[in-house]
Amino acid sequence: MTTVNSYAGTYELDFERPLLQLERQIAEFESQASLSRPDLADEVRKLRQNHDKMLKKIYAKLGPWDTVKVARHPGRPQAIDHIRAVIKDFTELHGDRHFGDDPAIITGLGRVGSHKCMLIAHHKGKDTKERIACHFGCAHPEGYRKALLRMRLAEKFALPVVTLVDTPGAYPGIGAEERGQAQAIALNLREMSRLRVPIVSAIIGEGGSGGALGIAVADRIGMMQYAWYSVISPEGCAAILWKSGDAAEKAAESLKLTAADNLQLGTIDEVIEEPVGGAHRDPAIATQNLEKWLTNALRDLKRFKIDNLIAKRFERLRHIGEVAPH
Amino acid sequence: MTELPGRSWQDLADAAGKRSEVPEGLWMRCPECEAMVYRKTVEQNLHVCPECDYHHRIGADERTRQLCDTGSFEPMWEDLRPTDPLGFVDLHAYKNRLATEQAKTGHADALVCGTGFIKGRRVVLACMDNRFMMGSMGSVVGEKITRSIEKAIETDLPLIIVSCSGGARMQEGALSLAQMSKTAAALARLDAAGGLFISVLTDPTTGGVTASFAMLGDFIVAEPRALIGFAGPRVIANTVRQELPRGFQRSEHLLQKGFIDRVVHRKDLRSEIGRFIDYAGK
Repeated sequence: MTTVNSYAGTYELDFERPLLQLERQIAEFESQASLSRPDLADEVRKLRQNHDKMLKKIYAKLGPWDTVKVARHPGRPQAIDHIRAVIKDFTELHGDRHFGDDPAIITGLGRVGSHKCMLIAHHKGKDTKERIACHFGCAHPEGYRKALLRMRLAEKFALPVVTLVDTPGAYPGIGAEERGQAQAIALNLREMSRLRVPIVSAIIGEGGSGGALGIAVADRIGMMQYAWYSVISPEGCAAILWKSGDAAEKAAESLKLTAADNLQLGTIDEVIEEPVGGAHRDPAIATQNLEKWLTNALRDLKRFKIDNLIAKRFERLRHIGEVAPH
Repeated sequence: MTELPGRSWQDLADAAGKRSEVPEGLWMRCPECEAMVYRKTVEQNLHVCPECDYHHRIGADERTRQLCDTGSFEPMWEDLRPTDPLGFVDLHAYKNRLATEQAKTGHADALVCGTGFIKGRRVVLACMDNRFMMGSMGSVVGEKITRSIEKAIETDLPLIIVSCSGGARMQEGALSLAQMSKTAAALARLDAAGGLFISVLTDPTTGGVTASFAMLGDFIVAEPRALIGFAGPRVIANTVRQELPRGFQRSEHLLQKGFIDRVVHRKDLRSEIGRFIDYAGK
């Protein structure tokens, strides 16, 4: 059963507005019920049932633009939350041994279930200060180089690589360009395609363009139900093709960026289910589903000889795209 | 050498528009130095302004003609056509856009590739065509680049890719994004096979093309003053809210920052490519 999360009411998704009234009422009745009006408990239970029904209904027909909003909900569990919740003895490894330590990409050792792994994840930041330091999850070239350094380390010590993707895109800045943003991403794509350990990627929130792909070339790619993944953000696409940021909703529809769309396009393998009403309503369940998917994928990939795995990885990359004649 | 401030995408689009409107007249105005020059002179000068050395953008046909020994270029996979896998509609439907661009350029998509000879050396050559939807990379461009790479592996020929692109094509969504990893993965195989890849960057090379095959050359050269980058100048200016440094994201700037090997004048491209092949080709 879904619980009313503390975020409801403090952060309002416009399409959830019908729920707000109910949530406030539940909160009010609950506080009274626990004090002096035990007779209200029944009422609360009914309201909750109504609430859950309505929530289910709203999320059953969630549009692409609404999905983007859920993916960006500030209460949505980030990679670091998932890591803290389920990754045993996570040991962060900092820096790219070259320029600096980009906080927008976290790398480190840790166990996913029983599998010792190298973890690589985008980090958006948990509070304002951190968000600014992380550029809201937009990595610099040193972030991608740090990721590659750790992947090579993983390769040397035969550790599978797990990446958690959550970025609006790679950072578009002067320093980022001058330090070779494009080259850093390009190199990751090439090297990940032939890395001699299994790679598992999960798109857990935003999968923005090359910035996402730069750590998302993998043997198994999962995508959380309300994440988005595409070649450009809806706003960016709207600005270029509609010449107006206001058309983001239309762009989101055209881009086919939801998990279901990506599954159909073949750009991901599986959709990782989220609790009703999105991961932010029940982060524990979301993390649990993610962990289950990751451990299954890792167990599965273990069966393959590494040469076969790389051959399969290449075949998948090679055959994506739609051309005529086929 | 003139240093330019970063131009916005709109400027680029405008400039491209202006240029394509001119071709009828005998005389043309150089968009760079504004000198009136005789069109024939510019054309005979490889579409480079005789006054200021401004390198005009050229399409893929002109590029293959310039680079290859006369009549030696043989195009391949010309029948590959884009589909509309997303049913994409913005202010125009992608289907209609494609039809318009195909009629305009006489090509099915934004890349011409095949084999030819450069100064007597046989090569696999792929040239992006900026006239076709800003040279953007969708499934067809990605597939043809990949096939070119595979052809280079099979035949032991050097691979030359002349890039000129606004990046991954939005109208094919995540499939365009996937062309980045597809081409990069194919290049990993060429690399493993000891094959030679010379990447030539021309104005403009940006976005998903720069962030995939274009930056993975064994040798990377750029034409003078070409715009080369990941994000577009306008996006960057809007993000950092400050004026961009002079010459930012231009070939000379990238050379200084260490991301390309050489800035090469169009008239020297053939000989420089030939030299790379002599040293590194099989």
